[in-house]
Amino acid sequence: MEYFIIIISAIFINNIILSQFLGICPFLGVSGKSSTAWGMSGAVMFVMTIATIVTYLIQHYILEPYGITFLQTVAYILVIASLVQMVEIILKKVSPAMYQALGVFLPLITTNCAILGVALLVVQKDLNLLQSVIFAAASAFGFGLAIVLFAGIRERLEMSELPEGMKGVPAALIVAGILSMAFMGFAGMV
Amino acid sequence: MEKVLSPRENFVKGFIRENPVFSLLLGLCPVLGVTSTAINGLGMGLATTFVLLMSNTVIALVKNLIPDKVRIPSFIVIIASFVTIVDLVMAGFLPALHAQLGLFIPLIVVNCIVLGRAEAFASKNTVAASAIDGLGMGLGFAFALTLLGAVREIIGSLSLFGWKFAPGDGLLVFVLAPGAFIALGFLIALVDWYKREQEKKEKNKKKVAV
Repeated sequence: MEYFIIIISAIFINNIILSQFLGICPFLGVSGKSSTAWGMSGAVMFVMTIATIVTYLIQHYILEPYGITFLQTVAYILVIASLVQMVEIILKKVSPAMYQALGVFLPLITTNCAILGVALLVVQKDLNLLQSVIFAAASAFGFGLAIVLFAGIRERLEMSELPEGMKGVPAALIVAGILSMAFMGFAGMV
Repeated sequence: MEKVLSPRENFVKGFIRENPVFSLLLGLCPVLGVTSTAINGLGMGLATTFVLLMSNTVIALVKNLIPDKVRIPSFIVIIASFVTIVDLVMAGFLPALHAQLGLFIPLIVVNCIVLGRAEAFASKNTVAASAIDGLGMGLGFAFALTLLGAVREIIGSLSLFGWKFAPGDGLLVFVLAPGAFIALGFLIALVDWYKREQEKKEKNKKKVAV
């Protein structure tokens, strides 16, 4: 039950994009087309889960025992950046098909604040390893859900007539606002 | 590279013309995340300005020492060090604001503006120009955050910088998440409109001159 609550709350109630505002850049950047939105959310899910496991281990077995938690930001960002590189290299070798699908999105992920954000949130919330993994995967799923929904809406938006000044980003942001309002409806669930 | 700008132009460009938020759409996470009040927006903006100024300066100083291949990781380490400084200083001296901004302080590291300026400007320009660029861009960012925070605070809770100017509640939704997206959407549309009007004026001026 406890895990179920973590999952539901990470996907719907505290949706990482629509209520925490993490990962807005890819949210606006790659949501022009549904296919790129799927690719990006796949890549994020993959990297976010691995990054959370690795940063969890670093936090609990290196930073805390040696009392150097003030290096958290520096350590995390370095680990995430090199992890993304490594994932890219391994994926290229092991699964070329998956690399084809996710490859272009991987470099973008380093500067995706959702990854670092979730890694830090896990520490803040004091979750154990299994909870952290579940939280990360569910957050990534929430990211995917929001971005795919949003991409679908934006594809339709292309065809509608808008006032000149509202075309493009302003309209997209207002749609995101309405989407976020819809997600607020989940607030009472847990 | 574009033409060389005078120090003044270099400083001013961050406000409207190349404003990181309104024009370049960079670093939107903190823009949306912390601007529920004008004070929070200003605090976050100034923290980012400090990081941007220091990282631009230091990167311009050491740019010739860093091999091209490990450029980006080196930049990130420099930026992360300054973010850690800001984080610790704020936690020590402004604990209330630090608690409000929470997660977004360490997240300055992955703010695209900071790395973006390092890569696009500081790695190619002199120390002085980079410092001015960092300061201008940072203040432009702070300006955008404060503006958005003020708009949301005025509509959402009928107050400004914590001073309540009318009784009752505002449109609460503007303080919550959806209001952030909607208010920013309208602000960007407004800035776009302003820029287009300016361009029209300049064109008309040129016509008259010819």
